[in-house]
Amino acid sequence: MFGFIGSRLLQAIPVLLVVGFIAFALFDYVGDPVSILAGQDATAAQRLALSHDLGLDQPFFVQYGRFLWTALHGNFGNSYRVAQPVASLLAERLPATLELAITASVLAFAIGVPMGVYTGIHRDSFLSRLMMAGSLIGVSLPTFLLGILLILAFSVGLGWLPSFGRGPVVHVGSWWTTGFTSWAGIRSLILPAITLGMFQMTLIMRLVRAEMLEVLRTDYIKFARARGLTDRSINFGHALKNTLVPVITIIGLQFGGIVAFSLVTETVFQWPGMGLLLVQSVAVADIPVMSAYLLLIALVFVLINLIVDLLYYAVDPRLRARR
Amino acid sequence: MLTRAWNSDLAYNFRTSPVAVASAALALILLIAATFAPWLAPHNPMDVASLSLMDSFKPPLGMADADWSNPLGTDNQGRDVLSAIMYGMRISLLVGFLSVLFAIVVGIAIGLLAGYAGGITDTMLMRVADVQLTFPSILTALLVDGVISAALPHTMREALQIYVIIFAIGISLWPNFARTVRGSTLVERNKDYVMAARVIGVPSWRIMLSHVLPNVIGPVMVIGTLGLGLAIIAEATLSFLGVGLPPTQPSLGTLIRFGDDFLFSGEWWVTVFPGLTLILMVLAINLLGDWLRDALNPRLR
Repeated sequence: MFGFIGSRLLQAIPVLLVVGFIAFALFDYVGDPVSILAGQDATAAQRLALSHDLGLDQPFFVQYGRFLWTALHGNFGNSYRVAQPVASLLAERLPATLELAITASVLAFAIGVPMGVYTGIHRDSFLSRLMMAGSLIGVSLPTFLLGILLILAFSVGLGWLPSFGRGPVVHVGSWWTTGFTSWAGIRSLILPAITLGMFQMTLIMRLVRAEMLEVLRTDYIKFARARGLTDRSINFGHALKNTLVPVITIIGLQFGGIVAFSLVTETVFQWPGMGLLLVQSVAVADIPVMSAYLLLIALVFVLINLIVDLLYYAVDPRLRARR
Repeated sequence: MLTRAWNSDLAYNFRTSPVAVASAALALILLIAATFAPWLAPHNPMDVASLSLMDSFKPPLGMADADWSNPLGTDNQGRDVLSAIMYGMRISLLVGFLSVLFAIVVGIAIGLLAGYAGGITDTMLMRVADVQLTFPSILTALLVDGVISAALPHTMREALQIYVIIFAIGISLWPNFARTVRGSTLVERNKDYVMAARVIGVPSWRIMLSHVLPNVIGPVMVIGTLGLGLAIIAEATLSFLGVGLPPTQPSLGTLIRFGDDFLFSGEWWVTVFPGLTLILMVLAINLLGDWLRDALNPRLR
């Protein structure tokens, strides 16, 4: 058990180091923050002073070492754009992104699994074909366009739901903020969550369908039928249960993708999360924010992969037996 | 030659699949409308002198005050939406094709090398591909785009932006191709014809390019078609986010972004028509890709 976790951790470290190096290389070599910050009419002396303040006049290894050391302490320097610490910028936007991403995942799971089961069991029914065609459109529909169309229908046309922002938020603990405490906050969440979850929903639906088709062909399902079990107990008790392991894996692995992908949804709905921050930073070449975001996302991915591996270990007895 | 192509399995499969024929027809219409936009479009949206603010926000046909000279209405500067869409599709398709082409060339080169060389080269290259594949491609494209734009001097940024976008999207897609090519190469490498070529002393690069490559190209076509859809969406997304092509080269994504500002004042057509065009284009490409995959892999049916 510990050997398994240990080897997984050891595999994760080089990945983080490589991403860390890329993040540092960005930090150090790309763009000219001095000219961005100082503006057009700064004198040479002012530029030098600024460059010294930012630590840009020191040698490569000093800067690299300092970068790693400070990054380990959660310090990524100051944003060039708003001149605030990157860590606090990201931390204050993390709750918004996580709330959106979790809601979207739950939504995608809660709708995608039943749809997948239905289309898997009733393969050739009209409704199944409709859902499959719909899922293809869902895949072809770019996220930002889906968001715009939803805004057009539900905000502009019907006037039911707000089209931007997070609504009123409440502080919980020292840094977490939540929009779940008020009706307006929940209403603000609906459209962005649907937009973000749509792709995952179609993915889950297609996956569950494919797995169901696969499982329904196996001998133990035939045997269950021969024993005269009800359809209900075969479909849900035997078939669905065995399809869920790969589905949970995919959902787990996709969660990092949702967090990263929320940058598009957040821009469409002006949702004050990390993704919107990243897009704003890319537009003005705010390298510290970009490299911190890169590191953070890499960490999220590595952690999720690790958790999924551990879940596998817990769920699949063959993995334990082999060791 | 032509009759042979017409009678081949693939062509037969194509003719008898209504979805494939319909999506190919749609793709062809859009491709023609885009390619010949300067001759087919009713107006030239790039010609600022011909624009008149008097014509701004004319609604599309079917609404009051519409006329045939602007079938899909006009935008805030009086630009014809239909013409803007046709010119925009040109740029979207061009960027899409070139980025996929770039991804294919890089992917094939790395995939062949990894599969044929094996050992540590293989492990290293595939590890990089795996790591990159765990990140969504739009994030990779966005970061690459942001980094290169930051590295370029201000004055060159706009002129080079289209190449930066092509590079960024191509880089975000190469692992898909590399992994497929590697997988097929591993299978092909041990076949007798490769052994035979090696025995008579054909150099490795030649075996890879003229013997192995033609046998692994089928799956590349499938991923390439589906990748074209992804690349077009990626470009539209970047342009929508405001970090894509400059306003002087408006793609469909740029048009949607401009139109987005007028959503609440009621001029929905400025953003909806470019959006629908984008959906149709990607849908046609995806349907073709799905069909191609099923046709080349009878086992998957």
